[in-house]
This record gives sequence, C-alpha cells and structure tokens, in this order.
Amino acid sequence: MSTSAADDQFYREYILDHYKNPRNFGRLEHPDISHEEDNPLCGDVIGMDFKIEDGVIEDIRFHGRGCAISQASASLLTERLKGMALEEAKKIDKADVLGELGIQISPARIKCALLSLKVLKVGAYGLANDEEGE
Amino acid sequence: MAVRTFDVATIRKDFPIFETGIAYLDSANTSQRPRQVTSAMMEYFERYNSNIHRAAYAIAETATEHYEATREKVRAFINAASTKEIIYTRGTTEGINLVAASWGRANIRSGDLIVLTLLDHHSNIVPWQLLAADKGARVEYVDIDDKGELRLDQFADLLKRGPKLVAFNLISNALGTVNPAAEMVAQAKAAGATVLVDGAQSTPHQPVDVRALGCDFYAFSGHKMLGPTGAGILYGRRELLEAMPPFMSGGDMIKTVRIEGTMFHELPWKFEAGTQAIAEVIGLGAAVDYLTGLGMDAVRAHEREITEYAFEALSEIEGLTLYGPPPSRRAGVISFSIAGIHPHDLATIADRDQVCVRAGHHCAMPLMTRLGVAATSRASFYVYTEKDEVDRLVGSIKEAQRIFS
Repeated sequence: MSTSAADDQFYREYILDHYKNPRNFGRLEHPDISHEEDNPLCGDVIGMDFKIEDGVIEDIRFHGRGCAISQASASLLTERLKGMALEEAKKIDKADVLGELGIQISPARIKCALLSLKVLKVGAYGLANDEEGE
Repeated sequence: MAVRTFDVATIRKDFPIFETGIAYLDSANTSQRPRQVTSAMMEYFERYNSNIHRAAYAIAETATEHYEATREKVRAFINAASTKEIIYTRGTTEGINLVAASWGRANIRSGDLIVLTLLDHHSNIVPWQLLAADKGARVEYVDIDDKGELRLDQFADLLKRGPKLVAFNLISNALGTVNPAAEMVAQAKAAGATVLVDGAQSTPHQPVDVRALGCDFYAFSGHKMLGPTGAGILYGRRELLEAMPPFMSGGDMIKTVRIEGTMFHELPWKFEAGTQAIAEVIGLGAAVDYLTGLGMDAVRAHEREITEYAFEALSEIEGLTLYGPPPSRRAGVISFSIAGIHPHDLATIADRDQVCVRAGHHCAMPLMTRLGVAATSRASFYVYTEKDEVDRLVGSIKEAQRIFS
C-alpha cells in the first residue's frame, strides 16, 4: 500500500484532528448572521452562525457535513475568525485559507477547501453591507 | 460478426489506457475506448475528413457512408424496426431534451401528469420539471423501498391517475438497480401514457430490444459504451417522430427553405440540424461493432461475475454500508459509504493508488436525499474490469481506514 510519507502531504495530523474534533462546531442560539452554502458538485453543506458585537465576531459556530478538507478548513477558519473585527475578516482571501490548510490542494478539491470562505463572504459581508445601508 | 471468446486479459490489450497502470472503476460515468474506436475516428480524420450529405466528391461520399452505417449498426444493436427511428444526438441528455422540447411542447397540457422515479438521473428529471413549469403540468415521483428498488405498488397507483408521460431509467446509475422495465412499460402503455426509457446505463451492459421493451422513446450515450463523447442515440417510434415538430433547426434538417417557410427533411434527418459529430458517430459505430463482437450476453455475464465478487469483498469490510439491491438484481454498479470517511476523501486516497472511483451525488440528488446521504462512493464495472482492480479498491479503502482511524 502507499507510504505514510504520501499521507503526510495531504491528510496531515492536524487536518485529521480538525476533522475528527472540529472546533466551534454546532449552532448559536440567537445569531446575528446565519448563512449556509453548499458544494453543488458533491452536495456537501457548511453553515456558519455569527454573534457580532461592535463590529467584532464575538462568537462563531459552524455546522454541516463534508469531507476532511472542507470540515478542517471550516474549523480552522472559525478559530481564526473568533474575536476578529468584521472589517478584518473581509480581508481573508483564498490564499489565506489555503495557506492555513498548509497542504497541496488539487483542482478537484479546491471547492471543498474554500466552501467555508464562501459562507463567510456571502453571509458576513452581506450583513456588513446591509448595515452600511442603514 | 463472429463472437469472440470473452477473455478479459485479451480485451484489456485493446485499451491502451491500462498501460498507465490505473484501476478504472468509473465506467458508469464514462467508459474507456478501445483502439478499434479511436482508430476508426483517426482514419476519418486522416483519410476522408469531409462533411456529410453535401459534397459530390469521393471522400465526402465515404464519410457519408460511414456516418450512415452507424445508424444501421445501432438499429440492429437495439432491434429497432427502421433506421428512420435512430436519431443521432450528443448523448442521453440531448435525447431526453429533444423529446421534452419537441414531443413535450406539442403534447403536454396544463394539469397533465408526468411520472418519474426517485432513481432517475438529473437528465431525466430536470427537462420534465422545466416542461411542467412551462405548461402547468405536475410531476410525481415513484419512491423506492429499503433495497433501493422502485415501489411498483405506488407506480400502479400513479398510473391510475392517467399520466400523459412516464419516464424512468432501465438501470439506476447511482445504485445499479435494474428496473422491471418491460413490465413497467406495458403497465404505463395500458394506462395510456407515452413512455420514455433512459437507457444510458442499460445499453452498454446488457442486450437491449426496444421492440420487446415496447417503449416510445429510448435514449442513450455513446461514451458509456466504449464510444467517444459527443455522440448518442435517441430511438423513437416512427409514428411519434413523424408527428413531432423539429427540435433544433437550421442546415441539413430541411427539404426546401423559401422565404415564406420551410419544408422539413424526412426522418431521421429532421432532428439532425447543423454539421454533425461525424468522427464521433463513426467511433460509436466501431464501439457497437466491438460490443456486438463480444456479445452482450457475455458482457452481462462478465459484469455479473465481477459485481458478485466486488459485492462480497466490500461486504466484508467493517464499517462499510452498501446501498441498493443484491447482486442478482443489479447491474455492475456498487454505491457505498464508509463510517467516518467522506467519499471525497476516499476518492483522493484511492487516487494515490491509481484507483479511479467516483465520489458524489451521481447526478441523482433526489435519490441521495431519500437515502439520507449527501454523497456516496461508487465503483462501476465494464467489459475490461478484472478482479485485481476490485482488490486494489479494497486495499485503498483499508488504507483510508488506517489514515482516518
């Protein structure tokens, strides 16, 4: 069978750890923002609940189902977002998310890795825009 | 054509792709193509490349002959009454869309009922949903039981409501379920419905006789039966096709065009507008020759043997759930899931061992919802599949379980 060296490039220990023990997993009771996105290729879903106070992400939870890459990516992202100002969160881009995962992602799996970022962008930025309009 | 002895090792030599060392377990998605198919296409490109039905020079006549020869090969392969009933399409999806757009727009009215099943592929769901929305018709779906087989009692109940159209696949691409198609067609016809059978998964894998089946329309793709992408077939009963308005319009589908109006070409060309996929149709003809040479009963027997072998090997893996009916009532398709391992992760790990296995919803999201899963892993087999490839998949699954333990 294939060697463990090959495993280490993709299913690294911390990726598997975030998959098996996802951080900030679950729902918030009265979220200020709640948004879900799916990956039409595989039907996987990730949703995020945000508690916002004075423009800062006070609390965050994610839920859904998906592969190790999408779940670990979401878990890592929520860790990073907790306590961050929304304005700061807006600056997070693809390269940041992929960099945080720290593994080589094949084109076929890139949507898995970026699903949680899409939830953040569509969900949180949408609300930020609404607030600006008020 | 003489029927060859069915020997997988010999067959595999016709498929250069296996020299790369891959284990290819995704034939329900698209099949591999033998040299006989690619050389037939190359011969066209290199020796008589030209457009059909137009030019008066020799190579164009050769092109037209080869292009039209596929029609007779396909007619014989599915036992249609006439080559006028064999319409070239790009594939199953286009064939179904042709029927929905042409027959459907002319025949479906507000309040009409269209009956589909939960086993259907999106290509046999979405065109009917669009048609129903356009016409104010209703769509009902036959449910499945716990074994992944259609609820025929419910099918009978829906037929009592007098559906205008019944459409279903002969074999489910997601579960491999072989539907009792002849029985279902007979019941639907007796209820007065027009019946379309999606043959994408059945035509490559078992003998098909559209007249014995008794359906009005039967659609399939070349690329799942050793042919190239971009060429498929819609079979339609002649009297229905004659009465149907054109689908696409333009060159080659007309008899005369005047500024006051147009006389359409006769069957089958009425439905073949524009320059066709000539090389692909010629390739499809070579694929039909290849399968005919093997004999479809032998193809079916080989796949059953592989399916039984794989079903047993997979059953022995702890934490693995198999979906669908037992091997005796399914085609060469096995959908499964593994506790704690997402299908995409399994596919990635298998890929490192050069094992190609499908992960996803298999374009059957209503079925996945019914099964309560977002996606499954799927292994599917064909004429060239050998037991060693199944063993390699089992190895990859165990490797995935080790990584995720």
